[in-house]
Amino acid sequence: MSGCTSLCRQGVFKFVQSLRRLVFGTLSKDKVDDELEMSMVIHRPEGLDQMEATTNFTKRELQVLYRGFKNECPSGVVNEETFKHIYAQFFPHGDASTYAHYLFNAFDSAKNGSIKFEDFVMGLSILLRGSTREKLEWTFNLYDINKDGYISREEMTEIVRAIYDMMGKYTYPAMKGDVPKQHVDAFFQKMDKNKDGVVTLEEFIIACQEDDTMMRSMQLFENVI
Amino acid sequence: MAAGVATWLPFARAAAVGWLPLAKKTMPKPPIDKKSRSDEILFVNVSGLRFQTWKNTLDRYPDTLLGSSEKEFFYNEDTQEYFFDRDPEMFRHILNFYRTGKLHYPRHECIQAFDEELAFFGIVPEIIGDCCMEEYRDRKKENQERLAEDNEAGEGGDAPLPPDSTLRERLWRAFENPHTSTMALVFYYVTGFFIAVSVIANVVETVPCRPIKGTVKDLPCGEKYSLAFFCMDTACVLIFTFEYLMRLFAAPSRCKFMRSVMSVIDVVAIMPYYIGLVMPENEDVSGAFVTLRVFRVFRIFKFSRHSQGLRILGYTLKSCASELGFLLFSLTMAIIIFATVMFYAEKGTKGTSFTSIPAAFWYTIVTMTTLGYGDMVPDTIAGKIFGSICSLSGVLVIALPVPVIVSNFSRIYHQNQRADKMRAQQKVRLARIRLAKKGTTNAFLQYKEDGGLQDRDSDSTALCVKNRSSFEHQHHHLLHCLEKTTNHEFTDELTYSEVCMTESVGFRTSRSTSLSSHQGGSSSCCPRRAKRRAIRLANSTVSVSRGSMQELDTLHVQKTAPTAPQSRSSLNARTEDLKLNCDDRDFTAAIISIPTPPANTPDESLPPSPALHGILRNSRSGSFTHEAVKISSL
Repeated sequence: MSGCTSLCRQGVFKFVQSLRRLVFGTLSKDKVDDELEMSMVIHRPEGLDQMEATTNFTKRELQVLYRGFKNECPSGVVNEETFKHIYAQFFPHGDASTYAHYLFNAFDSAKNGSIKFEDFVMGLSILLRGSTREKLEWTFNLYDINKDGYISREEMTEIVRAIYDMMGKYTYPAMKGDVPKQHVDAFFQKMDKNKDGVVTLEEFIIACQEDDTMMRSMQLFENVI
Repeated sequence: MAAGVATWLPFARAAAVGWLPLAKKTMPKPPIDKKSRSDEILFVNVSGLRFQTWKNTLDRYPDTLLGSSEKEFFYNEDTQEYFFDRDPEMFRHILNFYRTGKLHYPRHECIQAFDEELAFFGIVPEIIGDCCMEEYRDRKKENQERLAEDNEAGEGGDAPLPPDSTLRERLWRAFENPHTSTMALVFYYVTGFFIAVSVIANVVETVPCRPIKGTVKDLPCGEKYSLAFFCMDTACVLIFTFEYLMRLFAAPSRCKFMRSVMSVIDVVAIMPYYIGLVMPENEDVSGAFVTLRVFRVFRIFKFSRHSQGLRILGYTLKSCASELGFLLFSLTMAIIIFATVMFYAEKGTKGTSFTSIPAAFWYTIVTMTTLGYGDMVPDTIAGKIFGSICSLSGVLVIALPVPVIVSNFSRIYHQNQRADKMRAQQKVRLARIRLAKKGTTNAFLQYKEDGGLQDRDSDSTALCVKNRSSFEHQHHHLLHCLEKTTNHEFTDELTYSEVCMTESVGFRTSRSTSLSSHQGGSSSCCPRRAKRRAIRLANSTVSVSRGSMQELDTLHVQKTAPTAPQSRSSLNARTEDLKLNCDDRDFTAAIISIPTPPANTPDESLPPSPALHGILRNSRSGSFTHEAVKISSL
């Protein structure tokens, strides 16, 4: 009953407010200015020297990277929506949003929903200039959605499905059957040595290092910047 | 893809490492980037204002001038910068486009100048950002409308008709543009007068006149002087019918004409008379006939041909049709609502005038438009309250669409005023253009006269020749080349017309006889000038000596006075071949041909085919100065 009363009271109050506005007009000073005080979060990265120390980039490279980054995101942070949007532009054929989500989480080390320049640069540093082990660790981190140290079959299926989503509907040859599942099965066949249904970091690294094809491909991505 | 996304591409490519464990095959080789990776600052000098930007910034849009290799054409090696001789203010916006990815339109700039800059730098205007797109589009549309008006005014009815227009075309022109000929003007005023007479007669014939002797009742004048009014009506209708038939005959597209508004008004104006003629004096039918006479008042709409203001008003109403429709609709809604309310409010009262809802319509309309006749008044309090609400809301509903209509009218009115001003300026503009053209034509012939065509190195080259700009020199050289190519020479209108005339007179070269057969109307050209000697023409050879040119000039000077007959014999050696098409003094222009061997056999020289020589129209110049009127091929 008390809930009713409070609701009633709220309703009456609102009604009185609207009546008041009707009678006296809404020419009062704009009180909505307070609402407009949007929180403009601007993030500034740490100093150039520090960044040079922690990453494998030279000062010049960092400068170029930062200029591009700042131009795109003047506030200094990228949120997930923007990230998905950007990724969608690279893969217009299909739906890149799921994969972008996972990728975003892989970059967002602080798990606060936004990528700062430091995260951006750290990620790039590992991917482009890091050792093989570092790269594999990063990849493991990407696959491990809940970051529990194990890649389960479900997580892998999610990732693979997300990747196949980026391909879109029209592929050659056409996808018959549950292609992602087959892919995951093949993956687990290769990676899961002790057949316990999950892949640990060590199993992952060992399995990848055994794979010559992959090792060769890794070298190709060195000169992206 | 947006340029900004290019910044993220390395990132996306790096992230592709994440696919490697899943990949079954080897990754393809990455493309080799040959150009230097290091970013450099470029200097762009635009009319003295130096801009600096990263090369990457410009590379974001590779299909524009600055983003592609096209800018290398503007590279200045000495100053190590790209130099553009364009407006620096506009360039600021162009460069900002590269920097921010959004193109903005500066409001204070002329839309055409902006478009030109965009076209120069290879940027399509479609990418203007949303913030400025509306303004840009509005300005562009306005500009295009203005250009369209210019064109219309240009090709408008004031240009003289081609001489081979048929009677129909001339008649149509006379009807559409009465100020082109006196007859048309007279007709225009006569019809206007008769429209006025007809309308006044219609009005006056209902005024009560003094009754005829012997009767008491006042008669309307129409019945008292019925014969007089009938005669007047007949005369007016005859004139209108005649006018309508003439228009129908002259119209280029009869179907379109018959469907046009003015034609419908014309028909409606004269129909009642004819129907009345054929109608028998039957009691039943004449009732209907009387209503037909109402249509006679439509004659007043015929005035819209005579008054531009009326036309503008009509056009405004047409263009505001949607606003008027909305007004009508909202009024109807309000009328129905209020009439219902008033009816039920006043239902109880005895002897009320609100007998039904439709009866209440009248009260509602009168109240909403604040007329308030007072023939229907509410008695109950509720009725009065609702009545007052009705009148207040009526004011609002009517006031809303009115500003839209007014602004439309104002816009159209100003457009029309602008069109009129444009027409007036057109004449001045055309005259100026003609003068400029004449200037250039004079220049070349003057140049020739001054011996510019002679060997430049010779000391005898006149100073005035040397003082010409290099542009003029090159231009004249070009004209000279054309002369050599076609084996004809440029000359002026006077000399041409005189040759034409002397030829018709029977110039003693054998040429003339062969020419006269082609001449058709040559006898009509300049008969008055037959006395003048056409010796002037003879001297327009390329290698003309100054002396002969002087002779030419002196002859020109003596143009007005009849000159003593000069010896023609000296000129026989040089024969001319003229293109004779001068049935009108005003448009003489010709290229006088000089057969390469100055022989006495003009018949073997170039045949006077019409296609050979370019006939140019040139308005007559009244200035018979030393330079005379000269013609150029421009």
